Amino acid sequence: MAENELSSEAVQASPEAESPMVARWASSLVLLGGLWMFAMQFVRTLARPPYEFKEIVRQLNAIGYRSLSLVIVVGIVIGAVLTMQSRPTMIKFGAQAYIPVMVAISVMRELSPVLISVILAGRVGAGIGAELGSMRASEQIDAMDVAALDPYKYLVFTRVVACMIALPVLTILADFVALIGSWIVEKLDAGISISYFIHSVVDGVEFSDYLPGVAKTIFFGFTIGIVGCFEGYNSKGGTEGVGRSATDAAVTSSLLIILLDVLFVKVTLMLWPT
Amino acid sequence: MIHPFHHKHPDEPHEEGPLLRVEHIAIAFEKPVMKDASMTVRKGETVAVLGKSGTGKSVLLKLIVGLLHPDAGKIYYKDKEVTALDDLQLMSLRSEIGFLFQGAALFDSMTIGQNLDLFLVKHTDLNSEEREKKIVHALEMVQLENSIDQMPSELSGGMKKRAGLARSIVIEPEMMLYDEPTTGLDPVTSSSIAELIVTLQQRLGIASIVVTHDLPTAYTVADRAIVLNEGYVIFDGDMKDLQKSDDPFLREYLSASRLDRERHDKILAARERLHSSAPQPA
Ligand SMILES: Nc1ncnc2c1ncn2[C@@H]1O[C@H](COP(=O)(O)OP(=O)(O)OP(=O)(O)O)[C@@H](O)[C@H]1O
Ligand SMILES: [Mg+2]
Repeated sequence: MAENELSSEAVQASPEAESPMVARWASSLVLLGGLWMFAMQFVRTLARPPYEFKEIVRQLNAIGYRSLSLVIVVGIVIGAVLTMQSRPTMIKFGAQAYIPVMVAISVMRELSPVLISVILAGRVGAGIGAELGSMRASEQIDAMDVAALDPYKYLVFTRVVACMIALPVLTILADFVALIGSWIVEKLDAGISISYFIHSVVDGVEFSDYLPGVAKTIFFGFTIGIVGCFEGYNSKGGTEGVGRSATDAAVTSSLLIILLDVLFVKVTLMLWPT
Repeated sequence: MIHPFHHKHPDEPHEEGPLLRVEHIAIAFEKPVMKDASMTVRKGETVAVLGKSGTGKSVLLKLIVGLLHPDAGKIYYKDKEVTALDDLQLMSLRSEIGFLFQGAALFDSMTIGQNLDLFLVKHTDLNSEEREKKIVHALEMVQLENSIDQMPSELSGGMKKRAGLARSIVIEPEMMLYDEPTTGLDPVTSSSIAELIVTLQQRLGIASIVVTHDLPTAYTVADRAIVLNEGYVIFDGDMKDLQKSDDPFLREYLSASRLDRERHDKILAARERLHSSAPQPA
């Protein structure tokens, strides 16, 4: 008995420097477990119509429509900057004719889906985290339960669905305006005509460059929505917790998006080998 | 009073038992909040729950409607075991119990009218005309009939509280749980809400639990008081016996709330008037 006590003390004493680290990993695992359960509830809710369509439309407006100008600015800048940056190198290899295709493929496959998603994880994810967090703090979520109004269905499901619709649409828009940005730079720097630019893009870009990039943003949208709602829904500590929920929502969903992207790129390359 | 037997054995299940029984509840979050708390509420009775901030008064109310689950102990409402109900059964329980949240908890994306309507839609089968009538009536009771189309953000704190009160009584509950109904309100609004609680109790025979810091409110509305401290019920008895208790915490609590003898008597006199006045149907 005494020996046991001693050894357990020794175990506790030695990795003292490590234990906060271990604790942090453990709490991350707990977080992921909770997040997984929370996401599974989405599937269960999906199986239980009717849905709150009015609320979904309201969220689409708040999440999608209000992000339009941000997405347009970011899209144009991505296209323009990428074109400017790649011109010297492409000229060096005598490949300036391929600039439009190269820009289009980079933008559609990777840049626009991931950048737009990460930026919206900041704007939309944090917004959802703060909104649901303050609803939790002001007991509105409890009040919904009391009103027999399923708060998951009403608050979480609608926001996640809105994100899953808004993200691909915004990404397509970003793809489009990025090409416009790219063309403007091409026009100013090399006097390339719009019809040449369009031809060159249409000839060079394939279905497999375009579709996976848009498709993965549906999952990124899901991630932003679910993480934002999860953080807000489980917000603790009143008003102070609201800020924490917002920050955690943005950080966690950005990180998950980048990790998921690695997985999606792998899958895309397996499905459409070059 | 008619069932002395149940006074002695509140745990004994029986058809004519109390409306609500909370038995040996324990619940912990980061720290233990409730360690072993029991209480009962009989039909038509108003019980005040007193205690310092953070002693778990709000938690107690949330346990009663199944928003939180106790780690140990049981809660019975009309011999239904709340702690064992599934979601559907909880829904029907919640259509019988009105809940006034501490911060009113109005849904900010809806008007006051829509806030009330939502509860009626989910908890009753009334058509829109009948619902409208009930909504107007409930808002009239709290003198907010002109705010029906306003958003919660346009209301003052006291108005929000009253709107929250209207929302919790619009479903015509059999029992009301008030979480700090008068805290942070001016004395006039405060006493008008206290009067409303008494009216509801007298006119409709609604049983209530009133969580409050505000002793004048407690004296005005309640028949009985429960005092929570450190996870235990340290006082359970007649409102009138509260001042007589020699529990050191309770003495300190009462003296800190500065309810001197004179004021105490005034409130009690006002209470007598309020309770004896025949209920006037509006
Ligand atoms: N859902 C929850 N998760 C974690 N902790 C909680 C939760 N609800 C309440 N608590 C904790 O339980 C304790 C009691 O809270 P409660 O809100 O019941 O206090 P109270 O008696 O109503 O206080 P006040 O008079 O200030 O309203 C507090 O320490 C609070 O932090
Ligand atoms: Mg409270």
